Amino acid sequence: MRGLISSSSKSKSSKSLLSYSIAIQFPPLHSPSDSSQSSVKNLYSSSCFRNSTSTEPLSRNRNGFFSSGYSRNPAKIADFGGNGCGFWRAQGLVAGARSFSGEPVSRESLNYDVVIVGAGPAGLSAAIRLKQLCREKDVDLSVCVVEKGAEVGAHILSGNVFEPRALNELLPNWKQEEAPIHVPVSSDKFWLLSKTRAFPCPSPFNNRGNYVISLSQLVRWLGLKAEELGVEIYPGFAASEILYDTTDKVIGIATNDMGVAKDGSKKDNFQPGVELKGRVTLFAEGCRGSLSEEVIRKFNLREQGQGQHQTYALGIKEVWEVSADKHQAGSVLHTLGWPLDSRTYGGSFLYHMKDRQVAVGFVVALNYHNPFLNPYEEFQRFKHHPAISPLLEGGTVLEYGARTLNEGGYQSIPYPVFPGGAIIGCSAGFLNVPKIKGSHTAMKSGMLAAESVFRTLHEGSPLEAFWDSLKSSWIWKELHSARNYRPAFEYGFFPGLALSALEHYILKGRSPWTLKHGRPDHEATAEAQLFRPIDYPKPDGVISFDVPTSLYRSNTNHDHDQPAHLRLRDPKIPELVNVPVYAGPESRYCPARVYEYVADESGHLKLQINAQNCLHCKACDIKDPKQNIKWTVPEGGGGPAYTIM
Amino acid sequence: MGHLGWTDLWCVLIRPPNKASRLCTETASMRIMVAIKRVIDYAVKIRVKPDKSGVETSNVKMSMNPFCEIALEEALRIKESGRASEVVAVSVGPAQCVDTLRTGLAMGADRAIHVEFPGTLYPLSIAKILKALVDAEKPGLLLLGKQAIDDDCNQTGQMIAGLLKWPQGTFASKVVLDEENKVATVDREVDGGLETLCLDLPAVITTDLRLNQPRYASLPNIMKAKSKVIKKLTPQDLNIEIRSDLEVVQVTDPPKRKAGVILSSVDELIDKLKNEARVL
Repeated sequence: MRGLISSSSKSKSSKSLLSYSIAIQFPPLHSPSDSSQSSVKNLYSSSCFRNSTSTEPLSRNRNGFFSSGYSRNPAKIADFGGNGCGFWRAQGLVAGARSFSGEPVSRESLNYDVVIVGAGPAGLSAAIRLKQLCREKDVDLSVCVVEKGAEVGAHILSGNVFEPRALNELLPNWKQEEAPIHVPVSSDKFWLLSKTRAFPCPSPFNNRGNYVISLSQLVRWLGLKAEELGVEIYPGFAASEILYDTTDKVIGIATNDMGVAKDGSKKDNFQPGVELKGRVTLFAEGCRGSLSEEVIRKFNLREQGQGQHQTYALGIKEVWEVSADKHQAGSVLHTLGWPLDSRTYGGSFLYHMKDRQVAVGFVVALNYHNPFLNPYEEFQRFKHHPAISPLLEGGTVLEYGARTLNEGGYQSIPYPVFPGGAIIGCSAGFLNVPKIKGSHTAMKSGMLAAESVFRTLHEGSPLEAFWDSLKSSWIWKELHSARNYRPAFEYGFFPGLALSALEHYILKGRSPWTLKHGRPDHEATAEAQLFRPIDYPKPDGVISFDVPTSLYRSNTNHDHDQPAHLRLRDPKIPELVNVPVYAGPESRYCPARVYEYVADESGHLKLQINAQNCLHCKACDIKDPKQNIKWTVPEGGGGPAYTIM
Repeated sequence: MGHLGWTDLWCVLIRPPNKASRLCTETASMRIMVAIKRVIDYAVKIRVKPDKSGVETSNVKMSMNPFCEIALEEALRIKESGRASEVVAVSVGPAQCVDTLRTGLAMGADRAIHVEFPGTLYPLSIAKILKALVDAEKPGLLLLGKQAIDDDCNQTGQMIAGLLKWPQGTFASKVVLDEENKVATVDREVDGGLETLCLDLPAVITTDLRLNQPRYASLPNIMKAKSKVIKKLTPQDLNIEIRSDLEVVQVTDPPKRKAGVILSSVDELIDKLKNEARVL
């Protein structure tokens, strides 16, 4: 029985079967005597900033730790990320609720020269480049890549119009080696949509020499190439913990325990996590990587880098198989405008791949204001546009998925080097927003990191040279000239378009100014009382679909009997803040319907977390107004199974 | 043999007579063979090929059949309890089956055998191949999953038991080995409830869902399994000719369920039953 889809709120019995709510209830840190917003804010802010470096002895509540299950000494606990004492203590409570004896579970420890977290374009490019350098210089470095997806490529989702610039440098013979890059871009269209019409506009892109691909397929091929060179890749293992030594240097990661039941006890098939220690650790987890964010916070990498916060968008994508007469391989289409309003940045893409397959998707910037906006429904609505629906009629959907992407660009790049390693790829954020391409820069960042790492391990030069090599590479030039397009839309849709046209046609990236981003995405959500709920049309089951149907096509699954991997720093905030102030936006922006508000017997809305549905997109981690939701990594092997995304 | 010297006598005196170890050395030579199948992962959405010749398997996630995982787990538990000395995992299929066998090795199997055949295989062919392997390896117990989740045949275990003329305990939800009397007591999940059978070894047991919960392959074991050798054979090596008496004519999606209709009177119901459903 596939228990992944949560039912609607109508049938309670099936709900209990098919979904599981957060089992953990913790006492609040301070008892809120009234539910007014100010006291809630105090609750949140005080819990968040309460000093976690206190040296009081381990109380019963703090024994154990949620992922590894063994007692850690107070010093180490204080080091564990700046999540705020409230959340962290809650985790301690979780561990305390477990039926552990409290003794440390010994974990096996494996040593490598380089440990890479994430088998995506950046991680695999870094691994391949390292092994190539080893061959050139006739040395050997052991390289290990851990990947939380069940296979390499299972969690990879992207448009994707691929610029082979980095691949040409990394593996120049990719064509002879049968890389899954077959369809060159044949046409490039750009439409401005109104409700009923499509207005062709001059295409701002130059996609000559680029290909329409499935990034999941390309990454699988990269995985094969990496294994041929001797890289050890372990899919199905989720890096959940960063290991530090006594000087606060990162010495590796630990995978999470497998076989832990929902209540925290060990199941029959309990398997403790494994420590993978590396002389250098590279984080390549993709956009908003959970460990990368921890490292960025701990070492203040945002302030040391380009300085601005990161901004994001949520991309939702379907791969369709359409009838042959409607398919034109290599055809590329982007649209702006309808169904989004002028205050929301976003648009669609429609790329024709091979074998009658069409990738169609919708991207919504997460700094939208209207809490009633539902990116998934906007996507479904978009497909009914008279210029789009004829293509999809008579077709079938093969796969569905969603993932957030970086939109911060040049201004948001953090300083990527920390003691013991570096951050590469979208975890740092090298996506070129006006081009809507990030795969080539992610790969290049991995390659540059590999070269710096090799010099560090082989010659002893400092890893900080990676930052300098980034700044003197084509990544920097590209992102620098692309830096003002997205921030221009802070002034509105048409000013944004006008400024973008100015940048593109007249200034050509040589503008003397650098625009700043607006508020962080989670702060941009306005109060629900300022808006009315949006009446989205019902799905027709032919072109548009409901979430459970789409979710089924993502092949996502998690073992249901494990602790929910979506943690609330304060379990009261959904009821006290999210619902009254913002009308529960997480029930709308999550493309997998993980968050549902269900009325209990007394009519109060309670948050139900269907963690089993999660697509690992990280939208909740980004967009939750109080940053109360923390996305942590579930048991390895779970999550979506993308093959052609 | 020769004559016993001082050292031999000394060894006999030092080593205490250990009943358990004597038993272990006797029966611990039992080998368990587990047949595993590589199938489309259970969580993946199945799609029928446009030409209706079968189900789409390219670019689709494959994994070990869940019932085969349970069978392998049971074999490993028997070995860990000391009642068997070796677990051999075997698989028949295309070249990618080695991935599934490596997972089996990572879970703890000692050896793996891959019989490579790229075409379609039906249970009788598998059973014949397994018989040839059983004749060569001489296991004391053959464990299989009760059925594969792609074809739901539920035939291979029964067929191989017939070919080998071995007793069979299918749909096992509990297996207890008695090494002294060389029997296996198997609780079977049948339509009427639970049936307990006593099988003389060697026997064929097929596993059902509630027998155990398979272990995860740990990362160190996966590492070690990468270097283990998988023996490669072909059906010709075993003198088996793959020949099928079955041919799949067409594979289609089940028809979409029609929406229900709310009727307003009994007369309308009778009319519909008579004229539309034609059951009256």
